[in-house]
Amino acid sequence: MRNINSIFKRELMSYFATPVAYVFMVIFLALMGALAFYVGGFFVSGQATLLTFFFYHPWLYLLLIPAISMRLWAEEHKTGTIELLMTLPISTAEAVLGKFLAAWAFAGIALGFTFPMWISVNILGTPDNGVILASYVGSFVMAGAFLAIGSCISALTKNQVIAFIVAATVCFLFTMSGLELVLNFFRLWAPDVLIDTIASMSFLSHFRAITKGVIDLRDIVYFASLISFFLFANVAAVDFKKGT
Amino acid sequence: MTAMIELDNLSKSFGNLVAVDGIDLKVNKGEVLGFLGPNGAGKSTTMKMIAGFIEPTSGTANICGLNVLENPVLAKSRIGYLPEGAPTYGDMTARRFLDFVSEIRGFDGTERRRRVDMVVDRVILQSVLDQPIDTLSKGFKRRVGLAQAMLHDPEILILDEPTDGLDPNQKQHVRRLIKDMAADKAIIVSTHILEEVEAVCTRAVIISHGKLLIDGTPEELMSKAHNHNAVVISVDSAYSDKVIEVVPVVSGVKGIDHIGKVGSIGRFRILPQPGSTIAEPVSAALREAGVDVQELYVERGALDEVFRQITVANPEAGEDKHA
Repeated sequence: MRNINSIFKRELMSYFATPVAYVFMVIFLALMGALAFYVGGFFVSGQATLLTFFFYHPWLYLLLIPAISMRLWAEEHKTGTIELLMTLPISTAEAVLGKFLAAWAFAGIALGFTFPMWISVNILGTPDNGVILASYVGSFVMAGAFLAIGSCISALTKNQVIAFIVAATVCFLFTMSGLELVLNFFRLWAPDVLIDTIASMSFLSHFRAITKGVIDLRDIVYFASLISFFLFANVAAVDFKKGT
Repeated sequence: MTAMIELDNLSKSFGNLVAVDGIDLKVNKGEVLGFLGPNGAGKSTTMKMIAGFIEPTSGTANICGLNVLENPVLAKSRIGYLPEGAPTYGDMTARRFLDFVSEIRGFDGTERRRRVDMVVDRVILQSVLDQPIDTLSKGFKRRVGLAQAMLHDPEILILDEPTDGLDPNQKQHVRRLIKDMAADKAIIVSTHILEEVEAVCTRAVIISHGKLLIDGTPEELMSKAHNHNAVVISVDSAYSDKVIEVVPVVSGVKGIDHIGKVGSIGRFRILPQPGSTIAEPVSAALREAGVDVQELYVERGALDEVFRQITVANPEAGEDKHA
């Protein structure tokens, strides 16, 4: 626990030690706002909800979360600090968790800075704040799932560009798998069980369910197991990669 | 006394490439062991296995009686390790970095501050403590890496090329540091600089092709040089013929080479039979023959020479394999 905390602090600090954190935050917030206002028609809809705002989160995460996760392990491989880190008296799992939690906390901080959106709808109308809170929780948990995938992939390469592109692609597949466009392709030939499985693997369907204001245990279990699976794979990836 | 570091038939292969091939080695407290060998001989791979970074393909590495594979965290807490190239987190300041490492090593509050202050003092980092490591010179970066390895006053120090990239003064400083720590630790140092082995090591091994070829004190290693205990003399050229006539019949002398001529002064190297000391009989014989010797000294043999003899005998040695 103590080791996880040390790794967590170091990792989170390293985001802010360079301009990366600030550049990321500015772009994240600008895009969030732009998508909600211009593309989503936040004002035009005339409703006191943040639905149009949360609607674009999966798509924005697709682009930006791999940018947070790409350096987690790839940079350690590149600079050789992996050798330093893994010869300190810590377990691989502690290192993986510490790094993941730091990246997740960073994403959480960025998400937290969207609070003016929440203030705005409360000034302009009387939104259902319960739904908004549930959506924030859902968005945060989804960010965690994107990050776990990205972190695992980052552990397999020392090239950050590769880590970014592969992570974005895998996240894209996970996001897209719930869309009719994709499902229709499978409907032609696949059994219903498979289609349901594919649809149930989708970030979109689970996230949309949460943004409707219902935090269903199944949605949370889905994201939690996804995160656990990829972190587990992450530990294996780190151990595998350092031996080569 | 059980050995602090004990390697038993330690081997590592990367695919078809055998990087380390059955190394047996024991290092006791108080020893400073020099790892010598051409690039790619398997020195770094061996060190990485001892430090617990990579797993051996077969064989075992024990640290203070702990198997590195079975008790990785406990074993690592006993070791201070400076990896090749001294990697550190460049975006951190030296102070933050050392704080981070000492936190993971289990030190808090005043104890942490005391530890950090102590190593900073020992490797002389005070002037750059609050600068990001990325902005430091190579010498300082290396010293930050060294400081990190010494923080917890480990029983075992594994230093992969600790003086690489340092200027002569800094090298001297690091060597003294290693010597000062040696008494109550087992230390392994890898190096390309052979004079370093003479300066700091109590024992040296030569590794080539993943195999341990020679194990002995630096003196024992040097005695394997073909010019070990050779006598070099300078005489006026007028005496040259006399020297060539007299010297070879002295007992213990194996041969004589004319190695150069400066002005009217000729120089000869007189090689001994293995194990014999010839300075005394040679100088007596020359005196008897009336040769006026201007200079006479005994060569100890250079480690470089031994290194070349041993590693070049191995046909593929020196090729860049996996480091």
